[in-house]
Amino acid sequence: MKCRRCKTPAVIKMPRHNTAFCDPCFQEYLLKQVERAISSGKMFSKEAPVLVAVSGGKDSLALWDILIKLGYETAGLHLNLGIGAYSKRSQQMVEQFANARGLALIVESYQKSYGLGVIEIAEESARPACSACGTMKRHHFNRIAMEKGFPVVATGHNLDDEAARLLGNLLKWQVSYLEKQSPVLSDDDGKWAKKVRPLYRLPEREIAAYTILNRIEYVVEECPMSKGAKVFAYKETLNQLEEASPGAKHQFYLGFLKQKEASFPTPPPAKQDETCRTCGQPTQSEQCGYCRLIERATTVS
Amino acid sequence: MQIKLYHPAREISIKGPKPVSSILTHLGLPREAHLVICDDMLVTEDAVISDDAVIEIRPVISGG
Repeated sequence: MKCRRCKTPAVIKMPRHNTAFCDPCFQEYLLKQVERAISSGKMFSKEAPVLVAVSGGKDSLALWDILIKLGYETAGLHLNLGIGAYSKRSQQMVEQFANARGLALIVESYQKSYGLGVIEIAEESARPACSACGTMKRHHFNRIAMEKGFPVVATGHNLDDEAARLLGNLLKWQVSYLEKQSPVLSDDDGKWAKKVRPLYRLPEREIAAYTILNRIEYVVEECPMSKGAKVFAYKETLNQLEEASPGAKHQFYLGFLKQKEASFPTPPPAKQDETCRTCGQPTQSEQCGYCRLIERATTVS
Repeated sequence: MQIKLYHPAREISIKGPKPVSSILTHLGLPREAHLVICDDMLVTEDAVISDDAVIEIRPVISGG
């Protein structure tokens, strides 16, 4: 198989574009897709630093690498979730990546902060592990970005993540979630750091290919707590559709974003008008979900 | 050929030569969810893998 552009041997076939690329042409294409996402979504500019949330998995490390190549000013943020060997290995991958490139990295450890890992926090507060983990990550991403002066937090969510989330929201007809699903979440007049997902145009197969071609080492194993998570079933279903009809995931998610503009012309009203009495972050009630979670977990233990 | 697989991590052998597409079909692995690495390079599905080669089939799906 030959590269469609330069006719040298291809390294990846991309049925969704009815094409194949060699290593340099693929990388050029991929960087352009990310630049397009950043500029069309007005995500951020080269004038302000971007905090990149890095887990040690392929997507976030690829994102960090791409943003550096595109000339953005970045720092990494890694949260050590305290999930035994998995978290140790994840932190090691992130530190190895940052050290090799001389990049600024902020690391926070749940074990050091609370004396508990995310599994224990979830158990003590009687919450599903992935739900507690999401609440905690959102809080810390925002807190650290605001404290350290980063107006934007970028995460490695890709096209498959977004399409799977959309499928999950549609299956349950979660209209309020559909309204909010977007690769750019506003800073709500400076109350929050802006959250952006610059990889939303790229399927995870292409991102994995990028990490392999660039010799970026990452944790291939999945988080032990995600076993049986519905997102895998949604992704498998979407991949079956993609094999039968190349481009299906792109049409599904990007089509949704287009339709959403017409269906929800005005942004949903801001509901986070309160300030959490414990941490001071914006919330819908007197105390935010994160503080309730931590209070419950640490009081019980 | 020797094949390194994940979830769970293991190694298996199958008879070569075989094209990558046949290897994936033989193992029941969807193409959209896997990449094949041979000699540290990505290979496309028409590449023929020899009997003495060592390859890695890397899953690309993550929890998100």
